[in-house]
Amino acid sequence: MIGNLPYVAVVIFIGLGIYTLMFKRNLIKIAIGICLIENGVNLFLITLGYRKGAIAPIYTQAPSGQIMVLPTPQALTLTSIVIGIATTALILSVAMMIYKHYGTLDTDQVRRLRG
Amino acid sequence: MKKIIFGIAFIIFFSFLIVSAINMRTFGEPTISEMDDYFIENAQSETGANNVVTSIVFDYRGFDTLGEATVLFTAVVGVVALFRGVKK
Amino acid sequence: MKEMSRIVKTVTNFVYGFIIIFGFYIIAHGHLTPGGGFQGGAVVGSAFALLLVSYGSLNSKKFLKEDIFSLFEGFGLILFIVLGFSGLGITFFYNFLANSGGWFGDTAVIGVNPGDMNTGGVIPLMNIAVGLEVLSAFGVIVLTMARGAEFTKKKEKS
Repeated sequence: MIGNLPYVAVVIFIGLGIYTLMFKRNLIKIAIGICLIENGVNLFLITLGYRKGAIAPIYTQAPSGQIMVLPTPQALTLTSIVIGIATTALILSVAMMIYKHYGTLDTDQVRRLRG
Repeated sequence: MKKIIFGIAFIIFFSFLIVSAINMRTFGEPTISEMDDYFIENAQSETGANNVVTSIVFDYRGFDTLGEATVLFTAVVGVVALFRGVKK
Repeated sequence: MKEMSRIVKTVTNFVYGFIIIFGFYIIAHGHLTPGGGFQGGAVVGSAFALLLVSYGSLNSKKFLKEDIFSLFEGFGLILFIVLGFSGLGITFFYNFLANSGGWFGDTAVIGVNPGDMNTGGVIPLMNIAVGLEVLSAFGVIVLTMARGAEFTKKKEKS
């Protein structure tokens, strides 16, 4: 009934992110596009490790006699989320300093280096 | 003129991604899982924690967590260094 | 940025203590329930962002200072590295406190059980170190960007 719908949702995320990177000119919209691509890749990592009808890999008060989901992709996704936070914080800070120096946020007008 | 070329390239790339997403293996049946079966069997007796994901992140693969803590620290140092010239 | 109305400030006064306590609960029970260092640190960091947004960036300089947050962040990272080096008798990042009867050293019951807080070895200490680092990192980033935003707005008005 579900088929391959989670993988199609991941492709829609990444496609929307690449569309925003290619066709928009404002710096804040470019930062939103980078954030969308990163979240799509994190969703893809989690949906790779799913078993049908299984529960979360935790032993505290779990219903007995059931199989568990693969725990390794969830551990790798934790690291990837934190790296996404670092990237977004730095790109927003650089956008604020560009606005202070040039007076505008349009990427077609910040091409010349000014002293 | 440039926008039309970008638009055609984006549509071709997007259709490749959609076709490969529909033809992937079925959702919910991983093929290779020996390492994760070992982790689920032996994590409680070797580390003593009930949470298998936490024992992977901090005990079996603790070196990746060290790298991630360093990346977070470097990002904070970068943000503070960018706003250094602001007098207040 | 300007401060918000009186209703928002009253609700913030009542709620931000519960958010901080809930975040510390998630950090401390990281080896029994879903959660851990990174998730609990993000919850406490969002409490600091709530304080900054509802009181304005000029008023919140009285009770949120950047120097203390920066000190705690360095302290958390150094504690994490010291815990990694102290198991160096066998290998790097060895769990030298698990199943040993010492500080966090009870053995866990195999299979489904209600959790015992005394288990886990060196994992709860690492949770506390990483949680301290993440919450200070959130505080420093949010406060520094708010101070920078005031400065760029002044240039546009002049």
